[in-house]
Amino acid sequence: MPFNLLVLACLLYVAFLFTVAFVVEGRAAKGRLGWLRSPLVYTLSLSIYCTAWTFYGAVGYAARSGLEFLTIYFGPTLVFTGWWLLLRKLVRIGRQHHVTSIADLISSRYGKSNTLGVIVTVIMVVAATPYIALQLQSVVLAFGVFAEAAPDNSRPLDSAQIAVWVAVGLAAFTILFGTRNLDAREQHHGIVTAIAVEAVVKLVALLAVGSFVVWGIAGGVPDVIARIDAADLTAWQVQPGRWTGLIFLSAAAVICLPRMFQVMVVENEDEGHLARASWAFPLYLMAMSLFIVPIAVVGLDRLPAGANPDMFVLTLPLAEGQGGLAMLAFLGGFSSATSMVIVESIALATMISNHVMIPLWLRLRPGAAAADDLRQVVLMARRLAIAAVLALGYGYYQVSGGSGALAAIGLIAFLGVAQVLPAMIGGIFWRGATRTGAILGLVTGLVVWAYTSFLPSFGPDAVLPAKVFAEGAFGLSWLRPQGLFGTQAMDPMIHALFWSMALNVMAFCTGSLLTFPGPVERLQGAAFVNVFEGAVGLQRWARGQVEPEALLAMAQRILGEEAAQALFQTAARAQGKEGFLPDPTPAFLDGLESRLSGSVGAATAHAMISQLVGRATVTVEDLMAVASESAQILEYSARLEAREAELTRTAGALREANEKLTQLSLQKDAFLSQISHELRTPMTSIRAFSEILTEGDLPAATVARYGQIIHDEAKRLTRLLDDLLDLSVLENGAVQLNLGLASLQGMIDTALTAARATRPDREFLVIRDLPSEAIYLRTDADRLAQVFINLISNARKYCDAPRPELRIAVRQRAGRVTVDFIDNGKGIPKDAQRVIFEKFARLSDANRAGGAGLGLAICREIMTNLGGSVAYLPGQGGAAFRVTVPLRLEVLAA
Amino acid sequence: MRRPGRALFLARAPYRRRRLRDAARLLPVLGLFLLLLPLLWAPDARMTLTAGDVIYFFWVWLVLIALAAAFAPGLRGGGSGDEDED
Repeated sequence: MPFNLLVLACLLYVAFLFTVAFVVEGRAAKGRLGWLRSPLVYTLSLSIYCTAWTFYGAVGYAARSGLEFLTIYFGPTLVFTGWWLLLRKLVRIGRQHHVTSIADLISSRYGKSNTLGVIVTVIMVVAATPYIALQLQSVVLAFGVFAEAAPDNSRPLDSAQIAVWVAVGLAAFTILFGTRNLDAREQHHGIVTAIAVEAVVKLVALLAVGSFVVWGIAGGVPDVIARIDAADLTAWQVQPGRWTGLIFLSAAAVICLPRMFQVMVVENEDEGHLARASWAFPLYLMAMSLFIVPIAVVGLDRLPAGANPDMFVLTLPLAEGQGGLAMLAFLGGFSSATSMVIVESIALATMISNHVMIPLWLRLRPGAAAADDLRQVVLMARRLAIAAVLALGYGYYQVSGGSGALAAIGLIAFLGVAQVLPAMIGGIFWRGATRTGAILGLVTGLVVWAYTSFLPSFGPDAVLPAKVFAEGAFGLSWLRPQGLFGTQAMDPMIHALFWSMALNVMAFCTGSLLTFPGPVERLQGAAFVNVFEGAVGLQRWARGQVEPEALLAMAQRILGEEAAQALFQTAARAQGKEGFLPDPTPAFLDGLESRLSGSVGAATAHAMISQLVGRATVTVEDLMAVASESAQILEYSARLEAREAELTRTAGALREANEKLTQLSLQKDAFLSQISHELRTPMTSIRAFSEILTEGDLPAATVARYGQIIHDEAKRLTRLLDDLLDLSVLENGAVQLNLGLASLQGMIDTALTAARATRPDREFLVIRDLPSEAIYLRTDADRLAQVFINLISNARKYCDAPRPELRIAVRQRAGRVTVDFIDNGKGIPKDAQRVIFEKFARLSDANRAGGAGLGLAICREIMTNLGGSVAYLPGQGGAAFRVTVPLRLEVLAA
Repeated sequence: MRRPGRALFLARAPYRRRRLRDAARLLPVLGLFLLLLPLLWAPDARMTLTAGDVIYFFWVWLVLIALAAAFAPGLRGGGSGDEDED
């Protein structure tokens, strides 16, 4: 087919992509993206994982090493089917912190350290350069295939010119659509859509070639299976070490590759898309690799022995005379190459401009933050960076001369970017990971990777002298690039993977364990690791002395006037102010920084605000203060709770006391009327009878009888007054005690005898345990007996059982003696139990037998004076009183 | 460590949702197991792969994709992720 037709098709295809990107950008500007923001577009854009390396190289890989090429797709499959573990967190962090690139993620996690940003950028650029060269090489090779097959054999362009034109064209496309504006979220809808289109093109192309090979050349599926079994088996061996290592490597790469990070995290519109992509992207990968083995097997079968297996996808249809199919395949390969280069260069340019060029600019011109229009500076930096990245790729292609199998270069690049993995995974799952640890790990990984994999890939004597290969650096044999520490038996690729990752992780962990992170670093660590637990309630800025006007001026130069003014106005309104100038509160500075970091990266945004705010942000002391503040609040509320419980208890006690007082007051009133009555009744009879006596003229017997009545009533009055007096003496503590040794049994005997006078008509059964009563007490025997008499008399008076019983139980314990008086009546109701010991308390008027309600009150006072107590004992089946008295009463005050 | 305020026991629906998340976490482990399994088929360290192995790998691939597709809707539904994080 004519070579010129191919170039024309190529140009038309590129024009088509331009149109797609242009139209989508237009719709995005009007906010009408619709289905262009669907999970389908997201999934298809992820397909930039499949570069020209996949499109051409996988077949070559399969032809050389059998099924090993599958490992390159198994890794991503595992990562995506396990998205819940890692990718979800990554995307959430990316969205929440306005992450613009993988370098930004790392630098932001470790305290917005620009050093880390620079290191990651360097790793990414070094690793990506050969990879970009690889894409250019694939396009040149593909053109070469067609040029050879061209009938007129006229070559209007040689390979170097093709490479130049491809590089320039890609740079133009990328600059045009990748740096149109400085978006707050660093998203490029036009480019993403163009990539989705390219994803479809390359899938269709590969499936078409595969179908043609299986059903057009070979005789269907069974024939292909037979050919696979018949193929040279010795070459199709799998080494377990490589198999496992490469699955790990591709899994790491799919997370860490700058272009994958760009489409997966930065361009993500909706976390829900990830759920769809978790199975749709592996499905895409499977479809891409479905026909790789058949194409390789049939190609090895049909094409001459010297044919480059990397180009089977093109040469097979060409050899079979299918020009149109070959053209489709060529466009597929072209898409794979271009989409990779475009996204990779955007991602790298973002890193380079945010972490290298802008910080340098700010350092060289300290006043720049407020003076220049940074938007133009940033965009220009991006454009220069894109051009530089492509120039680097082209330069590498020229220097390396396009040698080496595609697969080998791809794997080396994978291993390079995988060096970021420990710092990244450690950063989002381990709060203890520190900046120093990350720097150590990254630098170690970079050095080991370069020494064991990247530099040796140029071949002996190119960069590393052959002597180093054979004898090791400085003549130390354990430093041989492909046999570190004597492990030369390993496969070189796995050797490099093993040592770079092992030393990287070791340095990262050791550094993290031994160093102490700064305050911003700890804040960021907490925010990243706990991203699902809501915002960390800490401000990154202390209240600054900055003029809001200066902030507005700076924000305008990065975000654009309209966006910046809208942002400031909203913030001012939220603070309840009119106009465009909110107070520079910590919360506002935080929000502004996060907004700016979407445009220029976290480290730069942080540095720029620091420049204006003037002083370092929070300190460790601030962090501790906030932490202890919240601890104090917790403690305070716990104290409040305790206090409240105490208050409730006190209130309860007070209410109880009040009730008691009210009841007592009522009883007192009742008693006063009672005692008036008690006093008046005898007085009335005394007065009446004495009046009769004074009239005289009475029989002697009547006089004697009346005199007796007057005498009895006077005795009653005296007894009442005695009781009152006694109580008052006891209460004042002025009682005179006659201490002496006395038998408890004797006292009870006395009491029983004395109490028999009360209601002598009742037959009372007294149950005693005499041996237990054989105790001698040192106390006032008369007073104690008085208590016993009172209790026994009460029982005789009030026990309402038909066959009344009184049980007296004595117990001695720990220097105290308890005497229980328990009858078998119905006892004292619960609400009355509290007041029976109060003065003037009387349960019922029905059974009052001369008492004035003072008996128990006197008992209580006596027991208090004797160093003991008397209490009602509930739950004994009747009224029960317990008298407690010390075995030996010591008189404290004479 | 259990955060304060988190329920110790859950109703049926949230319980199922949590187990679905566990399944999603375990899926890559299952995948890795199935993909490394063929290494044990050959008697010596270097193994030869046949057309049968190719078909086996593609089946495993398909099963993983199908499982991920089955899990995805349920996971997306409770995707706020605020109740079950570790």
